[in-house]
Amino acid sequence: MADAPQIPDEAEVRARWGNFAWTAENAENAKTVIARYPAGRQRSAVMPLLDLAQRQVGAETQTQGWLPVPVIEYVAAQLDMPFIRAYEVATFYTMYNMAPVGRFHVQVCGTTPCLLRGSDNVMAACKNRGMVKGKTTPDGLFTLTEVECLGTCTNAPMVQINDDNFEDLDYDSMSHILEELAAGRQPKVGTQNSGRHKADPEGGPTTLKDMQNANHDYRKEW
Amino acid sequence: MVKVTVDGQELEVPQGATVLQACEMAGKEIPRFCYHERLSIAGNCRMCLVEVSPGPPKPQASCALPAAEGQVIKTDSPMVKKAREGVMEFLLINHPLDCPICDQGGECDLQDQSVAYGRGGSRYDENKRAVTEKYMGPIVKTVMTRCIQCTRCVRFAEEVAGVEEIGAIYRGENMQITSYLERAVNSELSGNVVDLCPVGALTSKPYAFEARPWELTKTMGIDMTDAVGTNVRIDSRGRQVLRVLPRVNDDVNEEWASDKTRHHVDGLILRRLDRPFVRKDGKLVEASWGEAFAAIKAVNAGSSVAAIAGDMADCETMFAAKALVSALGSNLLEGRQTGLKYDVSSLSAVNFNTSIAQAENADLVLLVGTNLRWEAPLINTRIRKAAWKRGVKVYTIGQDIDQSYKTQHLGNDASLVANLPADVLEALSKAERPMIIAGGGALAIDGVHGALLALADKVGAVKDGWNGFNVVHFSAARMGSLMLGYAQVGGIADIIAAKPKLAFFLGADEVDFTNFAGTVKVYVGHHGDKGAHAADIILPAAAWTEKDFTTVNTEGRVQRSERAVFAPGDAREDWSIFRALADTLGVSLGFDSFDACRAAMVAEVPALGVEGLADYGWTVPKLPSNPEAREIGTPIKDFYLTNAICRASPTMQRCSDELIHGVEFVEAAE
Repeated sequence: MADAPQIPDEAEVRARWGNFAWTAENAENAKTVIARYPAGRQRSAVMPLLDLAQRQVGAETQTQGWLPVPVIEYVAAQLDMPFIRAYEVATFYTMYNMAPVGRFHVQVCGTTPCLLRGSDNVMAACKNRGMVKGKTTPDGLFTLTEVECLGTCTNAPMVQINDDNFEDLDYDSMSHILEELAAGRQPKVGTQNSGRHKADPEGGPTTLKDMQNANHDYRKEW
Repeated sequence: MVKVTVDGQELEVPQGATVLQACEMAGKEIPRFCYHERLSIAGNCRMCLVEVSPGPPKPQASCALPAAEGQVIKTDSPMVKKAREGVMEFLLINHPLDCPICDQGGECDLQDQSVAYGRGGSRYDENKRAVTEKYMGPIVKTVMTRCIQCTRCVRFAEEVAGVEEIGAIYRGENMQITSYLERAVNSELSGNVVDLCPVGALTSKPYAFEARPWELTKTMGIDMTDAVGTNVRIDSRGRQVLRVLPRVNDDVNEEWASDKTRHHVDGLILRRLDRPFVRKDGKLVEASWGEAFAAIKAVNAGSSVAAIAGDMADCETMFAAKALVSALGSNLLEGRQTGLKYDVSSLSAVNFNTSIAQAENADLVLLVGTNLRWEAPLINTRIRKAAWKRGVKVYTIGQDIDQSYKTQHLGNDASLVANLPADVLEALSKAERPMIIAGGGALAIDGVHGALLALADKVGAVKDGWNGFNVVHFSAARMGSLMLGYAQVGGIADIIAAKPKLAFFLGADEVDFTNFAGTVKVYVGHHGDKGAHAADIILPAAAWTEKDFTTVNTEGRVQRSERAVFAPGDAREDWSIFRALADTLGVSLGFDSFDACRAAMVAEVPALGVEGLADYGWTVPKLPSNPEAREIGTPIKDFYLTNAICRASPTMQRCSDELIHGVEFVEAAE
């Protein structure tokens, strides 16, 4: 499959990550996570632990992190589950990266609402900065991925960069965000439309207006 | 019981049955891919859709829907027909139409069901998806583009084989079935996924492009590579056995077979003894039957003859040899080639008494000196069922081996048997259906057998309706040979001490032949292996696929196997060799045909005449029960190379190299 992640050579990965272990802080975090589940059901903790591991890998490599095979095995071994079961989870969810990514993981939503609201322009802004889908830029800063719906359709089009959403984008605002990030500054998170606060309608509320200032019981008006 | 109506037919089905089972009971065929009786329910292929009311007005997956009181099920309505056609069309979207070059062709569920339930044409003209091949080991060939993601193989690996190494990675359209990191699946049962695969994604590597199913002659046989007595179907074409597949027998092998059972048969055409040989001036020289018989007569052994049965000897062969040896005035018979000498005064004390089918109902298991996974893989699956499904505790004494389920290792010291830790003893005593299973490694040590019998008595393992004392043999000939009296008190050492002038080795390859220096060794067998190398005279005989025979498995089940092909060259069926030799030696065996031979055998040992479990009663011999403190070994060093046929088989050799010795093979680029 052409767009499947290119998993790096196993021998090299094992040499680099073979002795992965939690940092003291993450070891504590892992313990807390596992303790959330009943004894004998500790496998349920696989998803948070994989996320934790990915973040630790990210911290070690100054990127957004990914899951090398030995790291998945480390997590699986801690949870006493077969490697393949953890590997299935890691490959199933797109938020786990199976190959290294850059410092900023730009996930552009291309699902219908975003597409209708101009995600092509957002994508063009990314491509204009030299990003290629599924690849990391040579300076190691940006990795571009097209993803399916991230659940922010009211503010379409949107991208998720690392842990933040940037919404109501167009070509210019997307280019600005990327420039700010490349320059090491933090652009404004959330909607880029100055007329909106969060997911509220542009130009003020259009329904339930009486609720704006005080609680209003609409039931008798139905 | 629940009352349901299937296509207007009212019937009662047991509580907990699924709608699919209810339909089957009503005699309706429900197409399916992911559903399998012996695996958990996945419900992901959607092929078994039926119309059920009351319920939502849409087709329902019958495999995952419990039958409920008053349900009206329709399997032949227009809605069902349309649903099946739709599912089939979607399944075929990404399935290549490469049936002409697919090994599954002719026995493919997808092929059959698309003929029966498909819509006849495709409306899809986009590109199909392609998936790279996955390496799954020396037995399983993969063409993953054909995979329809039924996940039967994944469930089999997890639930039956107990090696969680197969899984589904990625998601949606990109989902792929693979072994972990595309490494060989290290299981002695991996070949079963080939049978389970409803399409041609997983096919048999050694059998690739060999034959089409409709060319094959199918013969009902009993596998002789281990003592489970797996029921098999021998598929042959012309004079060659091309493959062996398991037959369903819920009492023995369910519907599984070990990789050895399936794939040792390519050794049947290699290293065969197809003409007699006589040793002249230290060298084995080709001879005629007459010359070989004359050489045996020239020994002039009188009554100083012995017969030693190998692991694959069948009952008729052993009986014919016994008849000859007795006619010559001797009773030197032995089947335990490697020197075991456990007491056989009561066959019940060396039998798998619980029976294979009942083993899965055990509630506590103690394994003593056995690598069950290698000695009897299909008994191991039963124990695994108990251990994995019901969490039954399994203790082991002996080498600490991964049995594919959780075990608690008590140590590797034979004396442990006589003084078990208090908690284990208590658990055994409290268990309602405890099983004590002794393997060949345990029986090799003096006193262990007696100590185990004493233990079974002490903890009450033998009670009304449950006999928990078991011995697991790994030689297919064992129980039959013991029933026919192939046992000396001191084992093979007694035969060596008797210094026979003439000895017949019935396919016996594991004997230490240096002990027989002064004996004229006649090897009656089918492969040029260790026994033939050491022999003075070789009489070529038939392998297990080349004769009718009776055999008894480790639980004392008498089973019959039929001839699939003829033995090559001058080789003859074993009974006729002894019959002809008797004429040369001037004695009479009392039979002139195979049927007469079998009748004479049954007359002597009536139990061999009745197919099914032989009744050995339950009598406990008085045996010394103070095992010395020493390590327990294991009789099998290499699962894939336990007999002459396996050692001649390139597939078994490859499995041994790769899975046991870790040799890496580079796959040829396609």
